[in-house]
Formats: sequence, structure tokens, C-alpha cells
Amino acid sequence: MPQCTMVEAINIALDEALADDQRVCLMGQDIGVNGGVFRATKDLQAKYGEERVIDSPLAECGIIGTAVGMAVYGMKPVAEIQFSGFTMQAFDQIEQNMSRLRNRTQGRFQIQMVMRTPYGGGIRAVEHHSESREAYWAHTPGLKVVIPSGPRNARALLAAAIDDPDPVIFYEPKAIYRAFREDVPESKETLPLGKAEVVRTGDALTIISYGAMMRPALEAVEDLADLNGIEVELIDLLSISPIDTETIVQSVKKTGRCIIVHEGHQTCGIGAEIAARLAESGAFEYLVAPLKRLTAPDIPFPYFQVEQHFLPDADDIMTASKELMEWD
Amino acid sequence: MPEADSNLPIQASRSPGEVPPPPSSSGGFDPHSIDLGRIECLQILNERGELDEGLNPAFSDDDLLRVHRAMVLSRAFDARMLAMQRQGQMGTFAPNLGQEACMIGQVWPLGTADWFSPSYRSFGAQIWRGWSIERLMTLWAGFHDGFPPPEGVNDLPFSIVIGSHVLPATGIAMGMRRAKDPHCVVVNFGDGAFSQGAVAEALNFAAVDKAPVIFVCENNGWAISTPLHKQSGTDIFAARGVGYGVHSIRVDGNDILAMMTVMQEACERARQGDGPTLVEAVTFRMSLHTTADDPKVYRDDALVEPWQERCPIRRMESWLIRTGRLEQADPDRIRQECEQEVLDARERFREEAKASPRTIFDHLYESIPQELEDQRMAYLRKLDSKGVE
Repeated sequence: MPQCTMVEAINIALDEALADDQRVCLMGQDIGVNGGVFRATKDLQAKYGEERVIDSPLAECGIIGTAVGMAVYGMKPVAEIQFSGFTMQAFDQIEQNMSRLRNRTQGRFQIQMVMRTPYGGGIRAVEHHSESREAYWAHTPGLKVVIPSGPRNARALLAAAIDDPDPVIFYEPKAIYRAFREDVPESKETLPLGKAEVVRTGDALTIISYGAMMRPALEAVEDLADLNGIEVELIDLLSISPIDTETIVQSVKKTGRCIIVHEGHQTCGIGAEIAARLAESGAFEYLVAPLKRLTAPDIPFPYFQVEQHFLPDADDIMTASKELMEWD
Repeated sequence: MPEADSNLPIQASRSPGEVPPPPSSSGGFDPHSIDLGRIECLQILNERGELDEGLNPAFSDDDLLRVHRAMVLSRAFDARMLAMQRQGQMGTFAPNLGQEACMIGQVWPLGTADWFSPSYRSFGAQIWRGWSIERLMTLWAGFHDGFPPPEGVNDLPFSIVIGSHVLPATGIAMGMRRAKDPHCVVVNFGDGAFSQGAVAEALNFAAVDKAPVIFVCENNGWAISTPLHKQSGTDIFAARGVGYGVHSIRVDGNDILAMMTVMQEACERARQGDGPTLVEAVTFRMSLHTTADDPKVYRDDALVEPWQERCPIRRMESWLIRTGRLEQADPDRIRQECEQEVLDARERFREEAKASPRTIFDHLYESIPQELEDQRMAYLRKLDSKGVE
């Protein structure tokens, strides 16, 4: 098993998809010779040619809109938007066509495509390069929204997203593109979309997160066990549309306490949705403490000298966990 | 900039447009003025129905008569739909009165393997492409069953959000070129849509990719209540295509022979790998934007009057009669036949159109996710409790 970073694992998944299926093509800004600004598509144009690894003009709406047309014509485009902050330019085509052309045509046209984009803070970038607006897409009917948290699941989920007959938004936590390495199997593997992973079992408290926030969550969970004897059940959502409600509800029925951690803004964020599902579910009567959200506040992502204060970290998660444990 | 009289009539002429030189970023700055070439403007049949003999296109009688009938049928559908809407039997409807030549002319060269991506005022072209009249009535009456293109018809559904269909149409052409399929895509939009960034992006993508797509800008002078001079700093929309490096031509959209000629040439160019064309078809929206507005509020009727004389159907008929392709009595007969065809379709529409509230979850995903299935079951239980079939 080779060890690789998340961005290398994504490159492997794209390479495998291009090799397996002639209908797969990649499109985006600077993805060819340059290999993408994060090198996720490194060397792929040299291997598969300019017609399949397409350097597009600088227009996000154009990338998604033409990718939709390619999908109508039977291709399987994987479009890259350079930063998730720039996906707003493509909102029109995601909403009008990518997410609903299947529905508009009662299934006549299948829009088998993926929009990949790096999201989130942590790279000390200029304005508009650190957004976490995944909730927009989870709010949009017709899309699936997938967010990996490490090299191995990134490769497996991206393969599944490309194979999926429906349009998938694939949010890549760029803060951990190169943060750590993992073993990745020699041959292609996939993970089912819409299924969460219980990363660690515990009975005191459930912590639910996804993407780059899994790192501080994991750190906090280990410290809570080692230092405070609090055994946390940690759930990695992996998909925020659909959400694996069953896994969440079962866990909270067991623990009675729940913290949701994400980089996205608080109001109408994924945490709000999960809290609502728990409140509506059979887990409600098992709750012994209020539900807690640890999220970015409802202000635009700040200039990077203060970004470390803006996002939740392991200390915040530990503090909130200990507070919740005081409820009985 | 080319000099052209923006007000019809377009001068009868056929001076070939010249393709501007390819952009150059090497060799340093060239201080010479740039001549972007001339934009060809084409009219073959003038307002009096007189043919420019030098431009006499060799269309078969069969093609000409089929195209004429399609224009008449479009107008019959238009009138009936307006009447039905006023009688409360139809949803909001966008008429196409006066634009029939533009509409039929742009789809007549297309084969079944070619694609068409229409805006919403395109019913005449949709009928030509194989949409049944009752299907279009079903659509406009608010039944989802009318919206998908019929099996075997390679059309996108018409767009509602202005200009939002132009990029997917371009993407289809990009896929076509990569598959080395010798087909083309026709996409239409109006002078209002040309203000949309997405339309500009589509022209650029098509130019860069040499995609086999024909952009038909139906410059009908009005976007709901907004006239050209509030829409655009130029009323020569073909010039925008030149700016993008797209072969561009301006045509009298009320002259069916010019429309057929230009579209046939553009489709051939695309199929042969010569890339996209922008066709600016100059026409006029003689009727309402939709049944939800009243042009008297924002437009002087005097502006409409000259266009009565430019009626594309009457213009074609006078020529067909003069050249012996139609008898004097034929136009009325054909009109009556078309009206009857629409009435017959209306009967089928009334019999067949049926709301299906139980299927509204069925087509969003290939297989429905569990959370949505839960919502579907709750919705069906609600329908059950209210006795909805």
C-alpha cells in the first residue's frame, strides 16, 4: 500500500477514472500543464491529452454550464473550480441546470458530473479563498454533497462520485491536502455516498463533524479520553447531502449528548440541520444536555492574520465537551 | 466598427463578411489601427416579397412549402393559445407573433442527430422538431409531463431563466466535437438575454473550443418593457460575436429565404469543423411579452405598425404565389387546415393532460436517497389523508 497525501489520492482517483472510462473528462482553470493550483490534476493532461483534460477559459459559470451540456451528451465531466469561494459565479448553472435538468426532463437527461473544489480556511490565503459554504449545496434539491477527511476516503469517495449517476459536489478540505499521509490501496476502491463513518466509539458524548474539522475533533477526542476519562463517539459525516441520519440518531440515543463541529457559518448550517433532525427523531427523549454547535460565526471569513481565532479548534471542542458533561 | 443601418429594412446585398485576424499575444504591441472586417447583412426577399435575383437560393419546393406551413401552424397555435389563456384554460403564455420566419428558419436545416436548445418563445420550432402540439399545450398549462423533450427529439427543454440554456447547449457541442460526431447545435436567445454574462461566456467557450454550435440572437427589439437602447450600447449584436472571434452574420429575421440560407450555411460550417456562428436575426416582437403584461403601458402602438408590412408569412406567400408554388386560394386553405390541426390537438390535450401529484419526487435522482424517501412517504400520507389520487 503506497502512502500518500489527500491531494495525491485525489490525483490517483482522477487518473483511474480517466483510464477506466473514455467518457470521463476533466475541465477547469489551469488544470492542464500546470496541474491545477493545488496540483490535483498533475500530469493528467500529458497522459490523457488536451481534449480530455481541458484547460478552460476563466469563467466558473461557463465551466459548470458547459459541463452540464457535456453530461447531456453522454460524457462524465469532472469540473474543477479553483476555490470554493469562486463557485458563486457558477451558482446560476448549478441551480438551473446541474441540479435539476434530470428533474426538468423527468429523467430523460442524466447529469452525471462532479464539481470538485477546495474549500475552507487554514492556508492563510487572500480574501475569498477560505469559504465553507457547503450548506448552499446541501440546501439545493438534486445535488449530492460529499466532503472527505483524509487521503483514503477522498480517493474512494471521489471514485464513487464520478461513478454516481447524479450530480455531485465534491468539497475538498484544502487545509489537509498535504497535512498527513495514509495508506491507500493499490487498486480502486469506493465508499457508498451518503454513509457516515463512526471513527471512534464512546458512550459519553457524540461529536459530529466532517472535512478538515475532523482533525481538531480527533485531537480533542483523544485528549478527552486520556486526560478527562470522557469517551466520545466521533462521527465523520463524509456526506452532507444526503445525511446519514440513522447513524447520528443511533449514536445520540446511546450518548444523550451531541456537539456538531463545522467550518461553515452557524445560521442554517449543517449543524442546524443535524440538530433539527435529532430534535425530530427518537433521540429527542434520550437527550440529557442541550445540543451544541461549534461553527464559524456568521461573518465573512476574516483576513488571514486572525483566521485561527475564527475557526473552532481542539480547545474549543474540549471546553464545550466538558460543559456538556456537567448536565445530568 | 461596421456601418449598418440598425433599422430594417436591411439593405439587400450579399457582401461576404470577413473573418477578423486571429488574436495575437506575441510579437509585441502593434500600433496600427485594427480593422475587424465587415459584418455581412443578408436579405433575399424584401418587404414587398421581391426576390433579389442575384441571391436566389435553390431550395426545393417541398422544403419551401413545408417551411411555409410550419410558419402558418406556429401562428395558428399562437392565436389559439392566447385565446385559451384569455378563457382561463391555459397558464401564462409567451406569443411569437411576427417572428415565425426567424423561428422556423433556424431549425429547418437540422436533422434528428442535431440538437436544438430553445428559449421559451420557440413553440413553432419545437413543433418542427417533433414536439406534438398537445404536448406543448400540456407544458404551458402547467403539467410537468409536457416539459421533457419527446423520445428521439434531441432538444433541451426551453429555458425560463433568461440565457441559462446557452452554456449547456455549448457544452453539448463541445461533447459532439470530442466524439467526432458531424452534427451541430442550434441555440436561440433574445436581445435581452445577450446582456447575461452566461451568454457571453458561452460565446467565448464556443470560440475557444471551435464547438459546432450556432447562436441565434433573435433581436426582436424588446425584453418585456425594455427597449434596445436601454438594453445595449450597440444595436448591432452581430458585432459582439466578432469580438469573441465567432463568425457572425446579421440577417433579416422576417425573410424566410435569408434565414434558411444563413442557417444552412452555419450548420454546414459547424458540421465541417469550422466552429461556431452567431446569427443575429433582426425581427420584432409584435405581441405581448407574455399574457401577464400589456404592451400599451410601455410601448407606442405606432412602433408596431410598420412591422405589419414586414409580416414574414405574407411576404413568403406573395412570393410563393408569384412563382407559381402556391395558388391564390392556397394560403387561406392552409391556414384553415392549421387551425383545425391545432383544434384537434386541443381535444387530445383536454383528454390526456392529467396532473400526477404522486410522482413529484420521482425524477430528481436516479435512486431516491433515504431522507428524501422519508419526505416522499410523508407527502403521500398527506395526499391520502386528503383523498388526493
